[in-house]
This record gives sequence, C-alpha cells and structure tokens, in this order.
Amino acid sequence: MYSEKVMDHFQNPRNVGEMENPSGVGTVGNAKCGDIMRMYLDIDDNGIIREAKFKTFGCGAAVATSSMATELVAGKTVQEALEVTNKAVMEALDGLPPVKVHCSLLAEQAIHAALWDYAQKNNITIEGLEPPVNDIEELEEEEIY
Amino acid sequence: MKQFIYLDNAATTRVRPEVVDAMLPYFTEIYGNASAVYDFGQKAKQALDESRDIIGGSLHTKGQNIYFTAGGSEADNWALKATAEAYRDKGRHIITTKIEHHAVLHTCEYLEKNGFEVTYLDVDAEGCVNPDDVEAAIRPDTILISVMFANNEIGTIEPIQQIGEIAHKYNVIFHTDAVQAYGQIPIDVEQMHIDLLSASGHKLNGPKGIGFLYIREGLKLRSLIHGGAQERKRRAGTENIPGIVGLAKAATIAMDTMEQRMEQETSLRDYLIDRIEQEIPFAKLNGHRTKRLPNNVNFCFRFIEGESMLIMLDMVGICGSSGSACTSGSLDPSHVLLAIGLPHEIAHGSLRLTLGEDTTKEQIDYVVDELSRIVAKLRSMSPLYEDYAKKHLS
Repeated sequence: MYSEKVMDHFQNPRNVGEMENPSGVGTVGNAKCGDIMRMYLDIDDNGIIREAKFKTFGCGAAVATSSMATELVAGKTVQEALEVTNKAVMEALDGLPPVKVHCSLLAEQAIHAALWDYAQKNNITIEGLEPPVNDIEELEEEEIY
Repeated sequence: MKQFIYLDNAATTRVRPEVVDAMLPYFTEIYGNASAVYDFGQKAKQALDESRDIIGGSLHTKGQNIYFTAGGSEADNWALKATAEAYRDKGRHIITTKIEHHAVLHTCEYLEKNGFEVTYLDVDAEGCVNPDDVEAAIRPDTILISVMFANNEIGTIEPIQQIGEIAHKYNVIFHTDAVQAYGQIPIDVEQMHIDLLSASGHKLNGPKGIGFLYIREGLKLRSLIHGGAQERKRRAGTENIPGIVGLAKAATIAMDTMEQRMEQETSLRDYLIDRIEQEIPFAKLNGHRTKRLPNNVNFCFRFIEGESMLIMLDMVGICGSSGSACTSGSLDPSHVLLAIGLPHEIAHGSLRLTLGEDTTKEQIDYVVDELSRIVAKLRSMSPLYEDYAKKHLS
C-alpha cells in the first residue's frame, strides 16, 4: 500500500523531537480526525532554515510526510520553504495512496504555521504566506471532494 | 527466522486441512448438479442434505431451516430486507443497535430511504445492549428486532436470550447476526427465541464465500435471489456444494472442540489482557471483561494512532487490526468505539487482537514485548503525549 520511501521514512523518521527555543513552531490538525503535526524551525539571521524537527500523532503517511517535510525545508530560505507544497512532499515520497493525500496537506500546513509563528515573532512579512488554518478539516473537504 | 503471528481471526481464519480434504472431492469427482435427476447429481444432493442437517443440529434446529448463502453479509441483507418487505403492511418500524456490523447498519439505512423507520439503540460503556431498552423501544408497528450475538470489534456478548424472550412476548421477529459467535460459543435458536440468524463459514476455520441464514419454520419471508428452486425456492442459484460441505465440516469440528477451545482461548485472552494492563500505561480495555468472545482482545492506547501501530506490528510479523479512521478510509474512527463513549482521539488508537486455536503463550509473550516497545516509540513521536507528559508527569 505504501511506497518504499514512505515505509523508510515511517520506520526511520528523520528529525523527530522537540526544539528548545525554536525560531518558529506550528501545530496543525486535530486529534478528532486522527492527525496532529507539530513542526519546529531553527532559522538563522539570514532567514535560512538551519534545522527542522517534528512530532506527529497520526498514521504511517502522516509520520512519513512530516519526516520528509523536515528534510525538504532544511537549508532553504523561508521564501523557498513556502514552495515545499504537499505535492512536493508527496513526490519526494514517490506518491501516497489516494485516501492518504490529506496527510500530505497537513505537512504543508505545519510548515506554514511554523513560518507564520517565526514571522510574527520577528515582526516580518513573508510574501505569499497566509495565516495558519486552524481547522484542517474544512480545508480537506475542499481539497478532496 | 522472522515470526508470523496471526491475531486477526475475527477478520478471517485459516481453513483447517480436514475441511479442505472434505471439500476436494466435490470439485473434481462428485461435481454433479444437486438438482439433477441422475444418481451422480443425487450424490451431491446427499452431501447437501447431510451438511444442512449438521448445521441445523449445531443450532438445535432442523436442517430444513438452514438456507445457504454466499456469506454473512448476504444473510444479514436477506434477513432485514426480506422481513421488511414481507411485513411492511403490518408495520414499518425496526429496532437495532448502534454497534451492529455495517451489513446490518447500511441495510437499515437503505430501508430508511425506502419508507422504514429504524431505532438505533445505545449500548453501555462495555458495549452491552440493555434488554429493557429493547422492550421500551417496541411499538405497535415494530416488525423486526436485530441485535448481534457478539460484537466483531470489542467482542462483547449480548443478552440474546433475554432479548429473544422480549421479542417473543411482543410477537416481533428477532434476527441476530451471529457471524462472530457461531462456532465460538453455544447457540440454541429454540431456547433463545431466535427467528433469524446469520453466520459465515470463514470465521470458524471454514471456507470463504459460504454462509447461511437460519429461518424459523413457518416464518413468512421474501426471497432475495430469484431464478431457481434451490433452497426451497428462497435462494436461487446452483448450490456451492464444496463450500457447503466445507462449512459443515468446519462446524462439526467447531462444535466438537468448542468447550476445550473456549477454555484455552479464554485463559490466553485474559493472560494477554493482564500483561498489557500491567505493562503498558494509558491502555484501556474495550468491551466487557467477562461477557466477551473467548478470542477477542481490544485496547485503546492513548496518544497514538492505530494504523501506525499496525504497520509496526506487521514489521515484526504480527497481524492485528484497528478501528482508527486511517484504516477505514474515512475521517471517523469505528462507530462501535464511538458508541461505547470513547472520544475520537482515543478511538483512533485502538488495536484488536483476535486469537485462534493455534495461538500459544509464547506468541502472546512476544506480542506484548513488541507492543510495549512500539507503543513507547510512537508515543515518543506524539505531540499529544509530549503535552500530556509536560502537564501531568513533571
């Protein structure tokens, strides 16, 4: 059901954990629908993401997309990190089963939420960044149906 | 060597070699059509009749009241749709529960779209239906009560005899979905006042694709499949003789070994429950502790999600199942876990392990050891556990 890459990232997730004093942190999803993702970003003075860490409550796809998302954003500028979309995460994982596409959406949202937190803390504007969606369910409905 | 421990016997079971041996001649040797006049066909007919009598005997009724179907879902559909159709002039009210299998629930929803009214009874926190609630829900226009014998997810055994007595008292037809119970625990359709009973072959080490509906003698019921005189014109289609013979063989063995299996499985089940409760924190047993199928164990592990657990168990050779949304393809977790009052976030972390007659204590020990490790690993990744630990464990 899952690709080898998804299984690899599920079995050996990269960058699991918390971060002391992160530059930005974002939590998305809700326990009711079975997925919660928390993303921590460490961003240097030049706006480059030094490190990303995550914690996830969710299925195999949720864990694998979190792991892949942290790998994809590391080393990028905050502007570049915005381009790490759910499609990019899915492609990097060699695809996901159709019923699991919504999990990849959560990864994109988690990155955006962490970036938003960073922007708020530093009083800056990141071009193209929308405020985080609190109710992920609403968004899923639109994307899926 | 990699382990292989199959603990999903509520999903399906291994066909016993004796069952396969009993079936094989009916594929290549005695393959005649049981409806044919010649002796060759009559040999198949004889096997059919004998099988029917065996199944009837296992339920304390006559063989002629057993109608073979392609499985449990068909039997459930037949029982509900045909009763509704046959008695729609008498009334249009049906009583069932919130924890039925989808073969019953979705059929009820279909009937609701076709002019019937359905009462879905609540269950208590252990999944038990209260017979008083059944009685209170009966109306003058109630034509059918359908309550499962034992629940497929949490293993709770329902008070079928009491509900049967109530149905009998009010002259309402009583159906029970016994797919999980048949062959596992004793059933007596006479003593329990059961009018209709569904069962399936592959849950008791028999073949897939065969099941039956027991219909009380004299009960008026419409046919579900038209097109032939088979099954007393009530279920057309050339009989699946190999499947029927296999089901009868599986039932014979299940009845002969029931007492000993119940004892053995109950003891292993309780050992598994005890070890999990002692060794894994924040684990909650779902279902009734004693009024429970001998082979069923169902737990919720807080702060983690079921599908992740299943994948990690699979990696160490253990087959189980979960009621999490991610294993169902919908956003909602199991309707059974929600009906016993679990919040969504806890219901997502459920794990069902269903033992078989071959399950050993060594296997159970291995499963608990691996499960402890897996739950700890997933919790270490979970933001919910992190938050909880910060609040409560510091």
